[in-house]
Amino acid sequence: MTARRAATAVSLGLALGLGACTSFYEIPITTPIQPKLDVSAFRRVLVAGFITGGSEDVDANLETVRLLRSQLRTKSDLTVIEADVLNLADKAAPASETVKTEPSDQQEADRRIRNQRDLEPFEHVFADVAFWKKLGEEYQEPLIVTGTVLFTPHSRSGMVERAQEVVDAFGRRRVVPVRTYMERKGFILNPKFIFIDGRTGTTLYSESFREEVLYSAQQNTPALSSYFELMDRLIPSFLSTLSAQKIRGTRVLLK
Amino acid sequence: MNIPMIARRVLLAALVLGLTAPAAYADRRSEAKSQVDFGIKVAQRGLWKEATYRWERAAEIDPTYAAAWNNLAVAYEQQGQFDEARKAYEKALELDPDNLLIQQNYDLFKEINDRAKGRDSR
Repeated sequence: MTARRAATAVSLGLALGLGACTSFYEIPITTPIQPKLDVSAFRRVLVAGFITGGSEDVDANLETVRLLRSQLRTKSDLTVIEADVLNLADKAAPASETVKTEPSDQQEADRRIRNQRDLEPFEHVFADVAFWKKLGEEYQEPLIVTGTVLFTPHSRSGMVERAQEVVDAFGRRRVVPVRTYMERKGFILNPKFIFIDGRTGTTLYSESFREEVLYSAQQNTPALSSYFELMDRLIPSFLSTLSAQKIRGTRVLLK
Repeated sequence: MNIPMIARRVLLAALVLGLTAPAAYADRRSEAKSQVDFGIKVAQRGLWKEATYRWERAAEIDPTYAAAWNNLAVAYEQQGQFDEARKAYEKALELDPDNLLIQQNYDLFKEINDRAKGRDSR
């Protein structure tokens, strides 16, 4: 009798288990994310140039223009215009400083711009509708991408938690978190991408980002590597402004 | 004399209603369930429009059927209709607040929806 009861309980459990198993289904889905900006009115895009500052080891203007153009060429439907990179810092330099500065000296401008506050006197150029409209006319009214890029060295010291392998009295290996004092250095990347309508010269959309990377003080990572490491993190967000993206995932369907 | 008669009629009506209501509910749920099952089959073959139609029908036939709302939300999400997906998930959770599978779907949806909404636009 007890055995029969046990058998009944087992089969009931199995039935319930099977029932539960078949009551939901995992299914892959692909979610389309619409671009943040409607660029259907444009067939061409001009990555014009950026006002840059911070580290002198990287020509952030040239590198940003080259990187964005190559990304847009492969990951958007817009035709990328190949043109000389604009030296916006010269164009936007405050009147009192243009006298002191040699023309077309981007490095000189970079030396002046160390932080966000230094950038502010240059930012009026993005509201210069006549300038952008004229540039747009030169290139058959494309979508213009411009903005600011601040790539600054950064260091921080303090207690950090890291995993350390230890062997206990029985010879077993374990990983335990250990807090140690560390000096670290790295970079902060602060780009602001501005999208301008080449037909009217007006700003359509702008977006700011902040990314930072820190390495141990002993590690010697070239500035250019850090720049690309940080830009890699931002590129998907930049591209999602202009082109639709698809995100793969799974969801559960219920019965 | 009239009062007991009315009371008897009311009692009879309540009895009839009490007996037929569960049966009607069971019929509705059964019909909705067959729509949900068919929707799952077609969704598994990638026919999301058809699946959406089936789950919309199921939710219409039995608006208290949480699974229909959940599946409908997934279908809307797959088609990029985020506002509709959010409403459907919220309806499903309202009907079945302890269902961890619906909650998990909703959490994943919210993560993507936040990304789609963008950040500090001008």
